[in-house]
Amino acid sequence: MSKYLSTRDIDWPLLIIALVICGVGVLQIYSATLGTSWHSSWWRQILYVLGGLFLMWLVLAFDYHSYLHYVNALYIASVAALLGTYVLGQAAFGSRRWIPVGGGLHLQVSEFVKLVIILLVARYLAELKTEALEIREMVVLSVLVAVPAVLVLIEPDLGTCLTYFAVLVTGAFLAGLRWKYVAAIAAVALVGFVVVASPLGSHILKDYQRARIVGFMDPERDPQGTGYQLIQSQIAVGSGGMFGKGITKGTQTQLRFLPVPHKDFIFSAFAEEHGFVGVVFMLAAFFVMIMRIVQNAQTAPDPVGMYICMGVAGLLLFHVLVNVGMVAGLMPVTGIPLPFMSAGGSSVWSSFLALGLVNNVRLRRFVN
Amino acid sequence: MILPPVDPNLEHQISDKPPLRDDVRLAQGKIAIFQYSAAVIFLFLISGFWRLQVQNPQFYDEKAQANSIKGVIIPAPRGRILDRDGRVIVDNHSSFSLVLAREYLKEDHLRAIAQGLDLDYDDLMNKVRRYRSHPQWDSLPVKEELSPADLAFIDSHHDFFPELVVIRAQRRLYPQNGMMAHVIGYTGEISETELDDPAFAKYDAGAVIGKFGIEREYNDTLMGVDGQRQVVVDNRGQVRDVLNEKPAVAGKDLQLTIDLDLQVVAELAMEGKNGAVVALDPRTGEVLAMVSRPTFDPNKFAVHIKSKDWKEIMDNKDNPMINRAIQAQQAPGSTFKPIVAMAGLESGTIDDTFTVHCPGGATFYGHYYHCHLKGGHGSVGLHKGIVQSCDVFFYNVGNKLGIDKMAFYADLFGYGHLTGIDLPHEKEGVVPSTEWKLRNFRQKWYAGENISVSIGQGALTITPLQLARAYGGFAMDGQWHTPHLTKGGKDTLKQWAFNQKNWTEVVDGTCGVVNEGGTGVRAALPGVTVCGKTGTSQVASNEFTKGKSDKDLKDNAWFVGFAPREHPEIVVAAYYEHGAESKFAAPIVRDVIKAYLDKKVRLTALKQEQQRLASMANFVPPTVGQTVASQPSVAVQSSVASNPEAHP
Repeated sequence: MSKYLSTRDIDWPLLIIALVICGVGVLQIYSATLGTSWHSSWWRQILYVLGGLFLMWLVLAFDYHSYLHYVNALYIASVAALLGTYVLGQAAFGSRRWIPVGGGLHLQVSEFVKLVIILLVARYLAELKTEALEIREMVVLSVLVAVPAVLVLIEPDLGTCLTYFAVLVTGAFLAGLRWKYVAAIAAVALVGFVVVASPLGSHILKDYQRARIVGFMDPERDPQGTGYQLIQSQIAVGSGGMFGKGITKGTQTQLRFLPVPHKDFIFSAFAEEHGFVGVVFMLAAFFVMIMRIVQNAQTAPDPVGMYICMGVAGLLLFHVLVNVGMVAGLMPVTGIPLPFMSAGGSSVWSSFLALGLVNNVRLRRFVN
Repeated sequence: MILPPVDPNLEHQISDKPPLRDDVRLAQGKIAIFQYSAAVIFLFLISGFWRLQVQNPQFYDEKAQANSIKGVIIPAPRGRILDRDGRVIVDNHSSFSLVLAREYLKEDHLRAIAQGLDLDYDDLMNKVRRYRSHPQWDSLPVKEELSPADLAFIDSHHDFFPELVVIRAQRRLYPQNGMMAHVIGYTGEISETELDDPAFAKYDAGAVIGKFGIEREYNDTLMGVDGQRQVVVDNRGQVRDVLNEKPAVAGKDLQLTIDLDLQVVAELAMEGKNGAVVALDPRTGEVLAMVSRPTFDPNKFAVHIKSKDWKEIMDNKDNPMINRAIQAQQAPGSTFKPIVAMAGLESGTIDDTFTVHCPGGATFYGHYYHCHLKGGHGSVGLHKGIVQSCDVFFYNVGNKLGIDKMAFYADLFGYGHLTGIDLPHEKEGVVPSTEWKLRNFRQKWYAGENISVSIGQGALTITPLQLARAYGGFAMDGQWHTPHLTKGGKDTLKQWAFNQKNWTEVVDGTCGVVNEGGTGVRAALPGVTVCGKTGTSQVASNEFTKGKSDKDLKDNAWFVGFAPREHPEIVVAAYYEHGAESKFAAPIVRDVIKAYLDKKVRLTALKQEQQRLASMANFVPPTVGQTVASQPSVAVQSSVASNPEAHP
């Protein structure tokens, strides 16, 4: 039965929602880059989406168990590739995140490593023999995740680094991490945040990273620096009002008061031009998308499939929370893209690859 | 769509493995927790947008507009100032100045900016530090009068240094070397105290207004109305769109009565001297020339005067900022004598046969008064008294007249009153009288004081402008016009009917001063009868100055002259501060009168030549009319050009 996979079994609602979000994204990229040197981004984004669909189709071709089989190799390759960005990576936008792959394309390796982390966490947790996740196992898994995460952090790319831990935390939670450990981790996180925010933090985090977190807590303190992005984003969102200013009519976006309005701050540009109504529609789309993925986790044929789907769901939820929260001034500026919407090939492709994994699990839900 | 084929072996191999833990079911509860958490997270996000977009959209909308909509002032050019022939005295020029928009200022740019614009880095850095306490929108002026090279640098680096903002302004261009500085005045940014002044109520902070002289007096005429342009700017301050525009209304040109030809001559005559020259047309009251020395450079005041330049002016003990023509209040000295003579004759106190003997001095009320001529003038009548400026003669006249009669005629000649000239801060001088002394000193007038006043000393003080006006009106047989500096300026006529015999007698006296070997022979001109009167006024008593050679204690020299004797056209008063002797003031007046008459002759000749050429052109045969007809205009042009004095 498993040999006769049908396209009918693909999660079409999930795919359609993803494509709707992509469509809105392309429209917003078009509007946000109007009259700028990035104006080619909108049709490039269409090509990226088409490429993403192709990658998703490729991922569907092989049983997800076969990917799990090679997860060790994928993991080692990921670490090697991240190290490679140090050699080949280009210093763009102040961070060495991209490696050139020819044809003018630059891949952001850390975006693809997210998928490997999902597979790694899924396999590790599924192969546990204990009832609940023990602290020793948690530490081992954490270290496994931390190695690429630290490599990403020193690129420097704090936002993407944190997404790896989002996958880890989702998995650990589902695997039954004891509450006392949860409390301990929360305490460590809290202490870490305080240390980062205090002057001591300058030894640990780079100045701009610290500035982002401090700027989030008190944007008026440094209105020209990090606070600028937060303030301008809030002005853009707030001035959009209930129904927005209309596409290509947002002054904050069109006059470039908003930083990178087609990438990290695309949702801010969207909120300015489409208002609260548009925001609710888009957030509903993301919510439904995540809930569909969770539903696929519930119907997964085996725990490992469940972990994969939940890893993707956790990852997307984290992306939406951090990116959209940042736009509304609820989260610090961490600089991660909004999946399916932000311009950029690596982000779109890794998002579609993740959808491919979810559908892969779904297609094989009747195997057992 | 067909999915790619699957490797059956691989799939079999992996799916054969039994699940290690059957915890899919076990996780269902936790998945539910995840779902609820996701729902909470989305509600949290939506609440954030609710707060921004639904609760406070106005607040953020205003901020968005404040970001992008800016009002740009379009400065209105100030009216030019022209002389009576329409020649430009004060013009504007476009100037560019650079300010730093401090919202975009990055301090590590400063070194490159300082280098590119040839500024001192430390100075610039200090300025930036000083401005730290100012509000963010208060931009920092960096350099004025940008050169083309500066503009090129700013233009090519705008992308790197968005803080560089060029402001275009119309700047005043005043004559060099402080010429006419006191008449023209200067402009400057409105001050805090002026903002509270109702006269400047309609101007906002930052407006550039007239501060002194004509610039202040006629500020409302000269100043236009600034326009405003509402523009949409992007984050770099580049203008993207113009929403609406209110064009600037240029200020009106102001034509003065000043004749540059005479002004230049008067300026040159005062070169190296302190004092003032005023030339009036007695027929109308028009001011033909007005000079005050020492002078200052109004160009230094154009927007902000540098503190160094200001200190230099303030530290100059000669007070260059005083317009001596209307503000120097000095004893008129012997220039007062014809007025005393008029008073004596008109009041009937003396008649034309009144004669005194001058032995070089006389005693009045137990005090001995010298005449300026030690040997004495011998027998002196009225005519000789004026021509030789005999002090003893006028001591006697003054003594007979008494102070109040002298004061009445001084008052009639305009002393002790503002002339009403259209310049700010005019001074009125003092005409002493019994009432004046009682009111100001609570003392009675002593008859001995008459003696000093009769020769223009004592408490009597006048300004050079008052002197010129007094003699102008006198020369016009008692018709005093209000001196004014603008064409069509206000002119009120004050008239007094003198006894023609008395008037002729005194005018003859002033004529004799210049033409009969009197004290003013240096003012004589060939071909025209110049009348005038010298004056030397003491700054300190003879006892005090004895044995001292201080320049400041030297006597002030006066000369006032008018010409021609019949139907006078010009009256000139010269005040030479510490000039020692009146004979040094006479040539100044002579030069100005000569310049006036020379110009008149020149213009008459030019008019005749034009008429001759015009009549010649009428007789040209029509066949060659075109070529010949073009000649007159060429000839006129060249005859103007060959008059270098016409365009100094």
